[in-house]
Amino acid sequence: MSDSLQPIEDPNRAIVGAGRPPVIAPGHTFGTVTDKISAIVLTRKTPIGWYAGFGTALLFTGLLLVSLTYLVTKGIGIWGNNIPVGWAFDITNFVWWIGIGHAGTLISAILLLLKQTWRTSINRFAEAMTLFAVSCAGIFPLFHTGRPWLAYWLFPYPNTMNIWPQFRSPLIWDVFAVSTYATVSLLFWFVGLIPDLATLRDRSQSPVGRFIYGMLAMGWRGSAHHWHRYETAYLLLAGLATPLVVSVHTVVSFDFAVGIVPGWHTTIFPPYFVAGAIYSGFAMVLTLAIPIRAVYNLEDFITMRHLQNMAKVMLVTGLIVAYGYMTEAFISWYSGDKYEGFVPMNRLFGPYAVYYWALILCNVVIPQLLWFKKIRTSVPSLFIISLIVNVGMWLERFVIIVLSLHRDFLPSSWGMYAPTFWDWSTFLGTIGLFLSLLFLFLRFLPMISIFEMRTILPEAKVGDE
Amino acid sequence: MKSSVTYGLMAEFEDPTALVTATERAHHEGYRCMDAYSPFPIEELHEALGSRHTRLPLIVLIGGLVGCIGGYALEYWSSVIAYPLNIGGKPLHSWPAFIPVTFECTILAAALSCVLGMLALNGLPMPYHPVFNLPRFALASRNRFFLCIESKDPKFDIEATRRFLETLNPREVSTVAD
Repeated sequence: MSDSLQPIEDPNRAIVGAGRPPVIAPGHTFGTVTDKISAIVLTRKTPIGWYAGFGTALLFTGLLLVSLTYLVTKGIGIWGNNIPVGWAFDITNFVWWIGIGHAGTLISAILLLLKQTWRTSINRFAEAMTLFAVSCAGIFPLFHTGRPWLAYWLFPYPNTMNIWPQFRSPLIWDVFAVSTYATVSLLFWFVGLIPDLATLRDRSQSPVGRFIYGMLAMGWRGSAHHWHRYETAYLLLAGLATPLVVSVHTVVSFDFAVGIVPGWHTTIFPPYFVAGAIYSGFAMVLTLAIPIRAVYNLEDFITMRHLQNMAKVMLVTGLIVAYGYMTEAFISWYSGDKYEGFVPMNRLFGPYAVYYWALILCNVVIPQLLWFKKIRTSVPSLFIISLIVNVGMWLERFVIIVLSLHRDFLPSSWGMYAPTFWDWSTFLGTIGLFLSLLFLFLRFLPMISIFEMRTILPEAKVGDE
Repeated sequence: MKSSVTYGLMAEFEDPTALVTATERAHHEGYRCMDAYSPFPIEELHEALGSRHTRLPLIVLIGGLVGCIGGYALEYWSSVIAYPLNIGGKPLHSWPAFIPVTFECTILAAALSCVLGMLALNGLPMPYHPVFNLPRFALASRNRFFLCIESKDPKFDIEATRRFLETLNPREVSTVAD
């Protein structure tokens, strides 16, 4: 046939090329890929572990509801933050959760544009992780306002008070960045789901399933005209999400960098926050992917190559973050500013020094083990390192926020911060909410993009007749 | 006249290459009102059907521009005209501070017009469509490939078109009720 039938990119290269481990185990066909992924939702017996995990997560979600109810009735005085430490666990957790979400967008958008086919088996649940992490993140600033029922005042709308938001404030930028990020992530995720929802509609045996999946699939029928616009839309969304994801953590870092507090007022913050976000996000993807692939026997689809690649991304972003720590320390000395110079001294030897040293251990020292192939190919050690990085990144935000606020300029205004029970319960509660949503997602939606898995199979290649 | 109650004739194929070849042949034969259905996007199909490029990028560009200008205009109007406040002696029209929100509005409007535009151009949501009347069409979302020549095509003739489709080595050819 004509030359136009030649595919632009050889999909086989992604699978067997260059002597690398495969992104999908050999022997799979369109049918087996479809059946295996959709069976998790439609026919396979729900594992006992799912009930145990979901039940536990739901308990913690209950704890979140109790904490928030108590917060609304009593006021934010139930948290430990008070002047001079006006931001503490709430903003630490906000930044931590938002950062975790970044890996989902990076995997789904940036790796798509870079034609990294290995992203295909992890992008769906990484995107779900993004959505759930952003939901958890949003809770903190929302309730930190103290009167969350008035939070809509943050949005510009004509009102009888005749006032408008202050657009010169980074906190308003944050509102726009995070709400745009949540919306675009949801759109991206949903658009990706449409063809798979159609698959579930066509394969579901129960009328209720057919109805619900059918409504969500909106009548998708796989028409070539539709696919063409769909692919265009998907690529455009990826192109829009890429600068967006970089902008979100940049704007989050502006919350600090635009202020004059020593330790915050620095230009390294935007790139260093974005790298940190990707670092923690990939750590969270590994933390989730490793148990999921074991429980649902998905080693065919989430192969060692995926885990290794994620480990490599963690190593690189971890090094960028380490460079950020060094630059911070160097600039505070080089600036000659007495208050800036005090910041690293206070971090290294002050009352919270143990947290700073723990942060260096978790984020800089231990991840260097990822240089060794033996560590990168060992699933248990990857899992442990990913947990350590999650902790380390949380500590980083705690150090940045609390350690800068508690000793700023005049020693007369110094103070200490200690979390209360309600600080912890709200934090643990959001972890519960995150996991509950994730368990529901694993049970009711295809956790791996079925139609994209089909495209990376060798038989998807259109050959010459 | 059978064709008044027939939506079209549907040929089923086992692999993407067969579908692309069949579509090219049908297009060459002069059929225009037809559509191909596959469980994943096949770039070559779109060309084989002889369809034009989509207007979606233009819609997204317009959406993005509207978001960009609208976002900036909102900031300018509310900070300079509706609610002027002196913040640290900064000018009322402090444009560098307006960039982040302008950027986010651009992305938001572009992304919304991208998704809504894609759905609108595709005519979705459309819960009912005649092709769903064919029981085997459920496999179009699994591992089978379909080509449907619609009865509204001027060249459509239920006998002749069926004979033509049979020459393309399909797994089977079925009539789709409207």
